[in-house]
Amino acid sequence: MTIERPRADVVIVGLGWAGSVMAEELTRAGLEVVAIERGKWRDTSTDFPPAIAADELRWHTRRGMLQPMSVETTTFRNRVGQTAAPVRSWSAFQYGWEVGGAGTHWAGMSWRFLPWDFQAATMTRERYGAAKLEGLQVQDWGVTYEEMEPYYDRFERIAGTSGAAGNLNGESRAAGNIFEGPRKRDYPTPPLKDTHWMATYRQTVSDMGYHPFTVPAGNLSQAYVNPLGVAMGPCTYCGFCDFHGCGNFSKSSPQACILPVLMRRPNFTVLTETEVLHAVKHDDGKTAKGVKFVTKDGEEGFQPADVVCITAYQMDNVRQMLLGGIGTPYDPRTGEGTVGRNYSYQTCSSVTGFFPGQKMNPFIGAGALAVQIDDFNGDNFDHSDLDFIGGAGIMGFSTNGRPIQNMNGLRKGTKRWGSEWKSAIGRDYQEAATIFCQGTSMPVRDAYIDLDPTYKDRHGQPLMRLTFDWNRNDIAMTKFTTDRALEIMREAGGEDIMIDNQSEKSWNPYMQHSSHTIGGAVMGADPTTSALNPFLQSWEVHNVFVVGASAFPNNGGYNPTLTVGALAVRAAQAIHQTYVNNPGALVEG
Amino acid sequence: MNRREALFSLGAAATASATLVTAGKAQAEVIKGIPAATGISPDHLPSPVRRGGGFQVLTRDTDRQTLAAVFDRLIPSDANGPSATEAGCIDFLDAQLAGPFGSGAALYLEGPLNQENDEAMMGQPQFLATPRERYESGLAALEAYAQSTDGVAFAILSPNRIDEILTGLEAGEIELPDGVNGQAFFELMLQNAREGYLADPLYGGNKDMAGWKMMGFPGARYDFRPYIERRGEDLGLTPVSLIPND
Repeated sequence: MTIERPRADVVIVGLGWAGSVMAEELTRAGLEVVAIERGKWRDTSTDFPPAIAADELRWHTRRGMLQPMSVETTTFRNRVGQTAAPVRSWSAFQYGWEVGGAGTHWAGMSWRFLPWDFQAATMTRERYGAAKLEGLQVQDWGVTYEEMEPYYDRFERIAGTSGAAGNLNGESRAAGNIFEGPRKRDYPTPPLKDTHWMATYRQTVSDMGYHPFTVPAGNLSQAYVNPLGVAMGPCTYCGFCDFHGCGNFSKSSPQACILPVLMRRPNFTVLTETEVLHAVKHDDGKTAKGVKFVTKDGEEGFQPADVVCITAYQMDNVRQMLLGGIGTPYDPRTGEGTVGRNYSYQTCSSVTGFFPGQKMNPFIGAGALAVQIDDFNGDNFDHSDLDFIGGAGIMGFSTNGRPIQNMNGLRKGTKRWGSEWKSAIGRDYQEAATIFCQGTSMPVRDAYIDLDPTYKDRHGQPLMRLTFDWNRNDIAMTKFTTDRALEIMREAGGEDIMIDNQSEKSWNPYMQHSSHTIGGAVMGADPTTSALNPFLQSWEVHNVFVVGASAFPNNGGYNPTLTVGALAVRAAQAIHQTYVNNPGALVEG
Repeated sequence: MNRREALFSLGAAATASATLVTAGKAQAEVIKGIPAATGISPDHLPSPVRRGGGFQVLTRDTDRQTLAAVFDRLIPSDANGPSATEAGCIDFLDAQLAGPFGSGAALYLEGPLNQENDEAMMGQPQFLATPRERYESGLAALEAYAQSTDGVAFAILSPNRIDEILTGLEAGEIELPDGVNGQAFFELMLQNAREGYLADPLYGGNKDMAGWKMMGFPGARYDFRPYIERRGEDLGLTPVSLIPND
């Protein structure tokens, strides 16, 4: 039997941040919206109240909130010509799962990208000449920071982001990030407080002439009521934040910020434990007529809709395009086709030091609790004599001190077991502190994603295959920024220093620490190099919008969520303000 | 019923209601409006482990004795706290292996697996076996190894000899019989022993929060606002567990 659902104006595939933001905009505009989510309904009181949330084994070690590989995984290889293998166990990939998606378990670092990140190609050519881009596939986003500003502002207001402005209408402010693009108004809530390590880091980098600021956070520094009328509570620095749901209504998330309002709208419906298999196109191939789905009991069904919004995790957005025949698959040999093009990661390194006799009290933490300098991020420093573009945010962080996660946080050469481990871990747990470099990633021609020829998911559909390794530019960038972090750690007084520069070895998903996997369905002004136009509308199937970090043509030295949220607001407004009145391409290709 | 007993009975209730939920054949789960039920979702209710009960997976005496011998060298009893078995790590592991961790519920276990290619790609050995199956074959291989090299049961080897074997396994210098990857099995045991020692006592290990006391972790307090500005101080906080002590 096939379930035939009533027609909707808009169907949303995946109810995480992007899906929730878009559904809120679209239902407020009066459209009938159905969201389809393959995970379960999840909410604060029923699934992660304080008595359940503070549980490292369940949520971090066993990753109770992440999409299991048995539901869907990714295959991976470094180069074309190799045979990809499936990711069988937990790795750097932290795909969202269940209502709220990755927006429930994320850490909360709430960045606007730099103006340069959106126009890296143009600005690099202008400042250094075209030769600086050689070997890279860098391309502008088709939207500028200035155009994005109102949408960043809207998402910050919904999320309640805590921070201090560093550039208010062009006026530089030392409490914030002086390198940020101009913002029209300050953050909704003030910055979080410093831990011991953050205060040490702040003083050190300030003495070195850099420009420290508190990382903007989706862990709220105080109570807040957002524009939708939803009240949030203050963050308690509990240390069970990333990978966990927040029992205090303090972490920006669909549950804490949007769903209480969205769920009460009569023109909104959610189908849970129901997985979209793929979009279905009309016979002329120019538009989609809806999506085919399968319930948890294996019943197939069809949801007709005038507009299809694909708002799953980055990797799945690209997969949905390929499975539904939305756009032309990318071929790295010819450089033609766009779906799967410009896959990038997040180039990271860390420097850990030990501070003898000190009490860092690392258990005091929040997912986004950190002090950063952006002096070496983006194009905030002169690259004339450097053999790379881009950079990294360099932060001293206090995100967590959970014991299992930190049980190997030992001085180099210390045994991980026996009495040696037992006596060392209590000391090193308190004395360790880490500086993290979160870097840009630049696209290259042979880093891409496509459908795997061998491995299938539980419904028999092909898995995504990732072909990726570090490129020359990003290796050079992270060498440079890691050296800066090392200087800071020495200046701060850290001893027995250990460096983890991930780009020194071939990339594989078990070696990495960042879940920030981006690109593959990128936005842009040129339909020959981008799958989506600047409103995240498919160039080829105009009633399909694909919203997520999949749209980033290159990665900034920042966490992706705020940019995803801002793009979601912008795409949804384009749909209800323009598209539904006059369906067709919003931009001439 | 005190709080501790109440928590244990919650876990029993969860098992009962979960079967009810999955009994009926649904169409799509359609949600309109805010779901009215405010009780904790059955699959998220705590399910405390009782120490010293019957074993569900580690039912063979030899396996438990081998495991105890390994665990108590990985985490021996000393001035910094009890041993792994004293802290309940065998109870912890048995419960873990009896649940979704043991059955590999989250893992992708579809073939094909080309060990040479896939290990090179992923930088570590790949498995189609579940953790439960890996313990079954691994513990049998450890016992067979001791019998062949020392002519006695693994569990009665001297602490020094066990340390020597564990060191060899860790370094990848000892090969176990029946194709068991000794280094990978060592890592699995080390991971799980320390998980048991450091997870909330709810899961059967970390008795009296001994692991947290050793590390200086104050547990599930969930609010450090009073302490964040006491930077660098020895706060002397007593750990708090999700499961009450009385």
